[in-house]
This record gives sequence, C-alpha cells and structure tokens, in this order.
Amino acid sequence: MLEEARSRWHPIAATHDLQFRHVFHGQLLGREFAVWRADDGYVNIWENRCLHRGVRLSIGINDGRELKCQYHGWRYSNRTAGCTYIPAHPADAPARTITNRTFPAIERYGLVWSSEEPRGEVPDVAALAEGKLLALRGIPVNAPADKVVERLKAYRFQPNAAIGGEGAETIVEAAQDFAVALHSRDGGAETHGVFFVQPVDSNRSVIRGVLDQEAEGAARLAILRHHNERLSKLRDEVEREAASAPAPTPIEPVYERVSAELAEMPEVTTHGRKAALRVSVARKWQTADGIAGFELRPIKGILPTFQPGAHIDVHMPNGEIRQYSITNGPGETDSFIIGVKLERDSKGGSKCMHETVREGDVLAISEPRNNFPLRRDSIKTLFVAGGIGITPLLAMAQALKNQELTHELHYFAQGEEHLAFADRLKYLGDALKPHLGLSPDATGAELRQILADYRNGMHLYICGPGPMLEAARKIAADQGWPDTAVHFEYFKNTNKIDDSSSFEVALARSCVTLQVPAGKTIMQVMRESGIDVPSSCEQGACGTCVATVIEGEPDHQDVYLNDAERKAGTKIMTCVSRAKSARLVLDI
Amino acid sequence: MATRCVDRELLNDWHIVADQESLSQDAPFATRLLGVDLAVHNRSNKIEVVRSDTGATLKSAERYGFIWVCLDKPWRDIIYIPEANEADRHLVNGGSIAVKVSGLRAVENFLDMGHFPFIHTGWLGEEPHTEVAPYKVEITPQDEVVATECKFYQPIASPTAKEGFIVDYIYKVIRPYTVALYKSNPIQKHRLDVITLFVQPVDEENCVAHPYLCYLKEGMEAATVRSFMQLIFAQDKPILENQVPKRLPLDPRAETPIRADAVSVSYRRWLRDRAVTYGAIPAQA
Repeated sequence: MLEEARSRWHPIAATHDLQFRHVFHGQLLGREFAVWRADDGYVNIWENRCLHRGVRLSIGINDGRELKCQYHGWRYSNRTAGCTYIPAHPADAPARTITNRTFPAIERYGLVWSSEEPRGEVPDVAALAEGKLLALRGIPVNAPADKVVERLKAYRFQPNAAIGGEGAETIVEAAQDFAVALHSRDGGAETHGVFFVQPVDSNRSVIRGVLDQEAEGAARLAILRHHNERLSKLRDEVEREAASAPAPTPIEPVYERVSAELAEMPEVTTHGRKAALRVSVARKWQTADGIAGFELRPIKGILPTFQPGAHIDVHMPNGEIRQYSITNGPGETDSFIIGVKLERDSKGGSKCMHETVREGDVLAISEPRNNFPLRRDSIKTLFVAGGIGITPLLAMAQALKNQELTHELHYFAQGEEHLAFADRLKYLGDALKPHLGLSPDATGAELRQILADYRNGMHLYICGPGPMLEAARKIAADQGWPDTAVHFEYFKNTNKIDDSSSFEVALARSCVTLQVPAGKTIMQVMRESGIDVPSSCEQGACGTCVATVIEGEPDHQDVYLNDAERKAGTKIMTCVSRAKSARLVLDI
Repeated sequence: MATRCVDRELLNDWHIVADQESLSQDAPFATRLLGVDLAVHNRSNKIEVVRSDTGATLKSAERYGFIWVCLDKPWRDIIYIPEANEADRHLVNGGSIAVKVSGLRAVENFLDMGHFPFIHTGWLGEEPHTEVAPYKVEITPQDEVVATECKFYQPIASPTAKEGFIVDYIYKVIRPYTVALYKSNPIQKHRLDVITLFVQPVDEENCVAHPYLCYLKEGMEAATVRSFMQLIFAQDKPILENQVPKRLPLDPRAETPIRADAVSVSYRRWLRDRAVTYGAIPAQA
C-alpha cells in the first residue's frame, strides 16, 4: 500500500504551519521536506537537504525571497530552488543547474498537499466545500497509516453546534486508504468531518482532521478541545495496539544523485546562442520617459534560476536578438522584468520591442547568463548607473538590500522622468542616490566625489553609456581603485573591429587546428567545424564566449575584459578578438 | 545501528575509547567502538578493556591522556605527535564530545573552512569575509591527505587574539578517523599550534570526538585552550547532527563539491581508494 501511496497526494502540513518566514519540517513516506512560504505567497516544498553537504534546509533561514543554508550560506531561490549564491566563491556565478529537488505543493482544505510522484489531482471531497472550514490540530501517531484509518472509522464526535452534548450519532460516509469521512448528528445539529491520515513513515502517521464549518472565539476553542481530547484518546489506543506488533522497517528515502557535471568542480556550461524558453508578455508599460518595462512570464513550467547581473537574449519577431538585464530582486521568480530603452538610431531591436511587441505576445528568450556576477563579501558596494544601465545594478542592489549589506546606488539620469522602475527604487530607501540633469563635466566632478575614498574590501559596479563608463573607470583608477575592485558592463562594443588579420587557432582539448582568415571571427570558424561555442551579444560586450588562452598573444577588441585581464593575455572573447601572434592555443 | 565493521584498516588500528580523566575507580566506563560494546575498567589504576559480547580482554594502551584500544591485532602503532614532547606546550584534552553523525562527517567538517563565517561567526570567521582562496592538496609519501597554503580571515582566531587577521592553516588527514590542524601561533609566528582530532567511531552513525591540543604556553592558560575548543565544537555539533544522511556518501554524485572543497574531495577519494566503508555510503558502481 505504501508503494502505491507515493503516487497519491497527501497533506503534509496545515496552512497555518507556514508562518511568516518560518521553515517547516514536513515528512512523507520516510522522506523529509523543508516547507516554506515566500513573501509572495508561494509555497516551496523541497528535499530537506542542501545539495552541498546534506545539511537540513529546515534549519535554514527563510528571508522571504530565498532560503539560506546554515552551514555555508548557500542561497536557494523561491520557486525554482536554484542556487543563486555561494559565499565561498563570491566572484563566481554558481552553475545554474545546482537546483534542489522540489515537490509539488497545493493548498486545499486548510492543508498543504504534496506527493512524490503525483498522478491525478488532490482528492476532491464532496463534504468539504472550499471556504468556511476548520482545520484541526494535526495529531501525530506512532502507528502505521492503515491501523489509524481503521480506528478512525469508529471515531465518534459531537457536531459543532452541540459540542457540549453527549448523544451524537456518527456514521462513516466514506473510507479510503488514507482518509475517513464522518458525519455527526445530534438533533438538528450536524457536522461533516474528514480525517486525512498522512503516512509519515511506515510506522508513523499524522491525523489531519477538517470540519465543514468554521467557528469563532470560545466556540472554536471548545470544538478544537473536543477533537483534541478524543483524537488523543484514539492515538493512545492505536499506539498500544501498534506497540504489540513488530514495528515495520522504516522507509529509506532514495536521494537522487546530482548530475555528473555537478559531481566535478563546476565549470562554465557551454551552449550556443539558443533560445530555449518561451515567454509571454504579461505586461508592458512605460516605466520612464523612453523606457518600456516588460514582464515576461513562462508559457509553461517555471523560469530558470537567475542571479543578479544576469541577462537574457530576447529573440524578436523581426529576427533581431538583443540582450537585456533581468531587474528582478532575489526570489522573484515567477516572471522576468526587463527594461528597454528606445534608441534613436535603433537598428530594429529596441524599436521592435517598443512598437511591435504587445501584451500577450510570445517571445523566445535564452536562459539567463551571468557574466556580471555580484560579490557579496564586500565591506561596501558602490553602484554607478547611467540611464538604462540601471537594469543589472537594480537587480544587484535589491539583492544586497535583502541581505542588509552596505551599498549605494548612484543613478545618473537626465531628469526625474527618466528614472525607471520607481517601485523598485523606492524599496532601496536611502541607498538610492539620484544625480539628475548633469553635464558631462558635472558628472565627472560628481563621480570624483563618489569614488573619493576607496578602502580595501570595497567594490564598484558600473553600467551605463560608453563615454560615462570610460570616465567612471578612469576616475576610479586615478583615485586608487584597483582593477580587481572595479566591475563593469558595456551595453555594446563601439570599438571599430579590425578583422583584417589571419592566423591559426589550435584547440587544445578538442585536438583541432583551424585557420581563421580575414573577415571571419574565431567563433565563426569554430562553429563551421561543428564546435559548440556559447555566445550571446557576439560583439565583445557580454563575456559569454570567453575562452582561456594557453599560448599566443591575443589581439583584444572587446570591451568586457579589464586592463589587467587584457595585459595578462589569458582570456579572449572569441566573437571579436583575434591574434597578434601567428598562432593561438585555446583551452577548448 | 550497531552494524559490525569489516574494514581491516579500522579493525587493525588503535582507537581512543575514553579520556583518562573520565574513568572512575568504582564503576566501569561503558562505551562502544565500531559497533562493539566495551567496558573500560580502572582497577587500582590498572586499565582493562573488556568486550561485552565475548568477555574478551582487548589490547589497550594509555597515551596522550586517553585510553586506546584495538579490536584485533594492531598493524601499526598509535599515531606519533612530535609536538606532544615539547616542554613549552600545553597538552590539553579538549573534552570528549558525542555527536550523532558518522565520524567521517565530523572529520570532513574539521577540514572545512567555508563554514567559519556562518557557524563560528565572530570567532573563526565573519561575513562578509566568506571567500575561500585556492589552496593546495596532495597525498604525502606516508599516504596522508595534506592541504597547505590554506588562508582565512578570522576575527578571533585563537583564545588570545585581539583583532582579526588572515590565518594560515595546514590540514592533515592521518588516518580515516584522525585529522590534524596546524595553525600559526599569534606570538611565535614561526611555530604552529596543533589540534589533533581523534574521532571514535562508536558505530556507523555515532561518534565521539576527542580533540587533543598542543598549544604553546606563552601567553595562554590551559583552561582557556580547552574552553575555546569546547566553544568551537559546540557550534559545530548541531550542524553535524543535521546532516542527512548521517553516513558520509562516497559517491562523487551524492553531493555537490565546489573548489573550496578540494580537500574533502580528496579525502572522500582517499577513503574510496582504501576501501573504507564503515560510516560511509559506498559509491555506486
């Protein structure tokens, strides 16, 4: 019976067990769950162990958006259960596939239901109309579920309206493997009571009773006490009976193995410029002058986990592909929010998003990629945003705000009406520092002040139009910020790409040597030979196509690498950069 | 869970079963080793360790203030700790602490720096200083797992530390259930304080940790050393007891390692290579 029980729905908690920011330790058929409600109302039911070292997540911290493991502070996102941050490696974005095992959750009859491998729906109980119900206290019993069900068939109780009486007649209306529906009548008073039995383990159960009528105040207390006393008595009887029989062996839960890829030290996943996800435009609105906000919801299933700083490729109806940063705060995983600025000289990207795409349209997007990861081991983080450059930094600032880490978001814009995502900005409180209507010179002066006192352990993140970004990087360098503390993301690469050189590329791991002629990129040549190369912007701005250089001198033409990285010559963006030497050896 | 041990590596080795100070003249001290119930008798200061199942007297020894036992014929001697012979050190038993988890999990936790800011907050680590810098791991010619160049920012790294600094560590797994930590002394910077953690495998899912500390005496009281160790271990205990499953999985795909876990990855592989199964969940074929 218990084997079959795996495919059924069972109650694992009462709705009132999932208190604000609490993590509830649930159990079903020998398996433990960490059950928690996020601030957006979503109920998460996860395997009760962190994928890293097996520590119970039910002792973790529910911050309303994410669940943080006690042991090493790994953070897992609401809804997706994907890992968003690993504190031991603050500079890395965790492999997106580090995702905890989740189980379905449905709230019904004042109870939270789940199942290991659900077939069908949560039982529809005719006696219990949704609405005015009273869920009784769960009564744990040290006995197998079938024994508890047998006893419940003989359970007698008073109807709510005659709770103080004695003479009620209780009849069994229906009985199944894990539930008994009873009806109690005393004169004119009657109450339906359905008693679900949660099979916790082979020898442990919880009785979860639900009555079809609500009650308030003293009457409610009297009803709860009535059932508490009678069910406790029933428990004692079942436990006595169960104790006389040999206890069945406890059920050993089977923990799924992690993927082979995760068993090794994680590396960057390789995939091409693919758009695996289909989303619909749930909302489109003007979030600032010239900036449209888009809320993208999955057509089916749930969206993958993202980290602050991540972007998606949006494949547009006109065939163009553009990158947009996800502006969501942590744990907001039901949709992606992006902001699109209408570019005056748009080649069809932003113009299409503004003029053609409407609410209800379906778009293809890539999985989120994070080449602009946020460290959270900084003693103070400064964000400098220019115009639409706010988008990745907004996601980052919300993440730090949620963790109460010190930060300031300096937002440069032409005027008040140009500040996008006002609701999200408001959430940041005093950390938001708008700088409005400044000339380039005044912007420079302001930046000099903002970046004046660098201390070891501080980090700076910049995103904005090219000239402003250049200015901010230069000012930071002049005022003592080391390259390693300055992180930036360009919208696009405005360098004029010189693709006149021709050279040889050897791919060390693939054991292939390729000729790159003038007019073609390393990436194009690799793809023509059937080598899968991940990419996104394909103009040297986003960092997705980075490769490690083992030998040879790169001719950097991207805007992703910082000066120190350029000088080191150990990394190359294969979409635009080339070789100064006759031969390059790459770790591909 | 009193499964019998079949690992020769463990049956033919010495294990601590009691701290000498915990023995009384009046009553035998009851304990368990590798699933075998034992009674430690202290008759007029002569120690005798008897198996409860067969009544046989086992080969026992006294060293470093502990009672040692081997269930079979010992293949090798009790671990030699050179620092225990240096006169200017406190030689302190940190207090034997029972933990409801496999001793192998306790050893792995001892090798782990990543948890310092979260479990030993304000002492061995502190947010936001959470980064675990790359370090080196190798297997020595003596077949020990050694991690060197380990560095971590610690607010109060030792009982006498007054301010935070980056501490250098060396870790060494000496035997499956024995691990040592070498830490730069804050006063005599060229010398190392040593903590050796002897873990008694009570059974597959229970252990008793016996920390043995060799700390330089300069500027330090023995009682302070002991209470610091107890503070730190008390912080680890509730986490260890919430690890699921309780035994250490040796399958590379059972849990998710990161670069910071390089030493634990090597430790698990080293256990697999030596066919240690007691307290472990063997790798799937």
